[in-house]
Amino acid sequence: MADYLPHTPDEVAAMLEFLGLDSLDQLFAHIPASVRLSAGLDMAPGMTEPDVAAVFASLTAMNRGQSTQLTCFAGAGAYDHEVPPVVRALGSRSEFVTAYTPYQPEVAQGVLQAIFEYQTMVSRLSGLPIANASIYDGATSLVEAVNMAGGATGRSKMLVSAGVHPNWRAVVKTFAFGTGHDIVEVPLKDGVTDWASVDATGAAAVVSAYPNFLGVLEDQSAAKALAVANDALFVVAGDPVAAGVLKTAGDWGADVYVGEGQPFGTALSFGGPYLGLFACTEAQIRRLPGRIVGETVDSNGRRAFVTTLRAREQDIRREKATSNICSNQTLMAVTAAIQLGYLGTQGLADVATRCAQGAHYLFDQLIQIPGVRALSTQPFFREFGLRLPVAADQVLSAMADEGILGGIALSSLVGESDSALEGDTTNVMIVAVTERRTRDEIDRYVAVLGKVLS
Amino acid sequence: MSSFPGGRAASIPLMGHETEPTIFELSVPGRTAYQLRTTGVPATPLTDLVPSAHLATAPVALAEVNERDLVGHFTRLSHRQFSVDLGAYPLGSCTMKYNPKFCDAVANDTGWNSVHPGVPASLCQGWLALMVMLEEQLCQVTGMAAATLQPSAGAAGELTGLLLMRAYHQANGDVRKRILIPDSAHGTNPASVTLGGYDVTTIPSNDRGLVDLEALKAALGPDVAGIMLTNPNTVGLFEEDIVEIAAAVHEVGGLLYYDGANLNAILGAVRPGDMGFDVVHMNLHKTFATPHGGGGPGAGPVAVSQRLVEFLPGPKAAKNYDGTYEWRTPPRSIGRVHGWHGNALVLARALAYINVHGGDGLTRVAQHAVLNANWLKHRLRDTLPAAYDRPCMHEAVLTASGLKSEYGVRGLDVAKALLEEGFHSPTVYFPLIVDEALMFEPTETESLQTLESLAQSIERIAARAVTDPERLRQAPQTTPVSRVDEARAARQLVSTEDAANRG
Repeated sequence: MADYLPHTPDEVAAMLEFLGLDSLDQLFAHIPASVRLSAGLDMAPGMTEPDVAAVFASLTAMNRGQSTQLTCFAGAGAYDHEVPPVVRALGSRSEFVTAYTPYQPEVAQGVLQAIFEYQTMVSRLSGLPIANASIYDGATSLVEAVNMAGGATGRSKMLVSAGVHPNWRAVVKTFAFGTGHDIVEVPLKDGVTDWASVDATGAAAVVSAYPNFLGVLEDQSAAKALAVANDALFVVAGDPVAAGVLKTAGDWGADVYVGEGQPFGTALSFGGPYLGLFACTEAQIRRLPGRIVGETVDSNGRRAFVTTLRAREQDIRREKATSNICSNQTLMAVTAAIQLGYLGTQGLADVATRCAQGAHYLFDQLIQIPGVRALSTQPFFREFGLRLPVAADQVLSAMADEGILGGIALSSLVGESDSALEGDTTNVMIVAVTERRTRDEIDRYVAVLGKVLS
Repeated sequence: MSSFPGGRAASIPLMGHETEPTIFELSVPGRTAYQLRTTGVPATPLTDLVPSAHLATAPVALAEVNERDLVGHFTRLSHRQFSVDLGAYPLGSCTMKYNPKFCDAVANDTGWNSVHPGVPASLCQGWLALMVMLEEQLCQVTGMAAATLQPSAGAAGELTGLLLMRAYHQANGDVRKRILIPDSAHGTNPASVTLGGYDVTTIPSNDRGLVDLEALKAALGPDVAGIMLTNPNTVGLFEEDIVEIAAAVHEVGGLLYYDGANLNAILGAVRPGDMGFDVVHMNLHKTFATPHGGGGPGAGPVAVSQRLVEFLPGPKAAKNYDGTYEWRTPPRSIGRVHGWHGNALVLARALAYINVHGGDGLTRVAQHAVLNANWLKHRLRDTLPAAYDRPCMHEAVLTASGLKSEYGVRGLDVAKALLEEGFHSPTVYFPLIVDEALMFEPTETESLQTLESLAQSIERIAARAVTDPERLRQAPQTTPVSRVDEARAARQLVSTEDAANRG
């Protein structure tokens, strides 16, 4: 019998009397009797919060993979970064948490200004002048980028590197079912996209990853040249943490940047809610998906922020809108602005550098283990692929028993084969290191993997 | 009534009317806040690890502040932001009900939020169990056979649903081109239809605010893939011809899509599945009280009737005979619609909310939401008449057309003046078919006293429309900023600090 209703029985009676009704049920009298639920919902009765908490505790006990219990070396687009108490405290302020979309700017300057600051940060990380107020996640940011390319060129052929996260590629393919886009996957060769292997004629988009899903830092010049030669948009799907020290997407000549913003203050959260980063050149602004906040003044001449260029959006353009997005991930965007404010210039660079240092320190030891091979000879940043002598899922299971989440089995994402790789995926594992991992933890990883494989 | 508990925020003590500097204006080169773990990992120079061709010449420039500056800045920003926790938020179509803190505690539990989405199923059995339980509950609420929890928001759910319809027709070797949509529909509906590869045919509303049944029948044909309806519709009215509509659409082989934005009105009273709908999306951030975060995140699960189950996105959580859980992909799945498994923490919040309420509590939610809306509509009948003089469901669409024609005070002016009264504005100018629309959705969590206070505020505003309409056109003045120059924002886009030319 738990709920959050303020009404007392006397008040309900008085309100019904005001309406000339005898019962709450009469409020629904105009619904055809043939479809009314006469016996109510066939669901368990309500429980109190403490009772529900007990049920939930029994469920969380079944989550053996908590990163508070296993040392996390899993990445593949979701990373175990430090979220400091100050970021959690500010990001969970109820003024940010319990607001709706800032439709009334006079009472929404808090969210609007935070988004303006977020847009600035994403713009700088991407090296592109225009950033929006967020998309659902990295995968849907990529879908929007592909749709933008279709709109910009009037063409439908999308070249997508197999170095793009397999789940993102899957999502792009799903939505192409509606738009009719022709998604052409470009395979990898030694971890690097083999752009020459496909016919790029008539391409609307060239989509590359930086670093790619296997962790490899691909030279983006070839992809850029291909885009230029075919008058296609060059889309870079980039790791925003690595962007703290690497060349930006803009430096590489990208027209569009997409990324997964989870590393900026959002917990692993079993995959969501995350944060789709999206930035582009000024040339594409009329096709920008989602909301964008602009600076202006109020009627008294004070600086103010407001959602702008609204004429692109679904509530105004309806079937001619550039995108259907309405709700986005504002709270995660605000949190990202807070986290990046906390890290600052040097902090983000330090985090990125430490990720790279930890990953290389681990990699150099792992490839000494007999039977363990690097998936690629190419340079990598904070993540790398390994080919094991046995099935990766079995290795990960054995490592979990030793308290280590050793990585991601590629087969769990793509099945037994994928255009990203030459050959079988069963024995392939993707390993990531963040700034949180200590030398002791990394050394222990090496020892445990050695033991598991021996 | 002398006191108005709960919903009025006119008491917020704001300290001034200056603007808050941006974090970049607060930045001082060399100032820092961050602290990282001491790892002991060898500090090999980056230039030894990464080819120089990949390295930037300088790190990306961000703001440089210390922790105290950071806390001050974002706390001050939060004080410039209205929210449900501050006061009543009768924003129609958005279901801005109170968000229980218990659900926040669930989302903040590391037992849920520290799980990596790529772990093997054996390490996330609790999450899989939660997803199976939530799917069952959502199917019960909607009267459907199965659901996907992947879509991130309502619009994502719409597009997912349309692709399911497309897959179904295609599997039947059926080429269909059009989706019917009422002229009162949410803008996401037609936008989603286009992305789903269909053309939109708009169906007019009749003078009762409902779908014009004859016009609908005239628009039906073998090329119609289906219809998207919100019921109650965006005018807050129940589509009483729904049984006949469903029969007519099914008759030509079309499917019915239920836009669940207004599901809060019918919990425990009537189910989309029983009305004949084939696809339903739910906005968990509306009906099931997950907070909206200033624009998101939401979650938009899609439930379907039996004939669409095999096309659902995958992988989805499933229970095995031995009581364990695993991921399964339906045989003819349209594929993934999310990078991982959906907005998982939003799903956990929603299940907590559903479990607290149970079937009986959810039924009370709808009853009191509808009671509040009808009470407010009736209370204001002489001040702001309803666009359609009929019993409404969870929201009431009122019109300021009288104030406009007599005193030159528009619906927007009323909405802005309400901000000075300590209430969030209703939705204005939607639905498009109502002149000077003001759409109030009080939700079930506002008290009678708050509703009375809101009504009195509206009466004060209406009285002022007679005596001092110019003041209403200048409202609000007590808020952190007054009306903003939207035209200037669009004309000279300044969307980043770097474009602002602070000089």
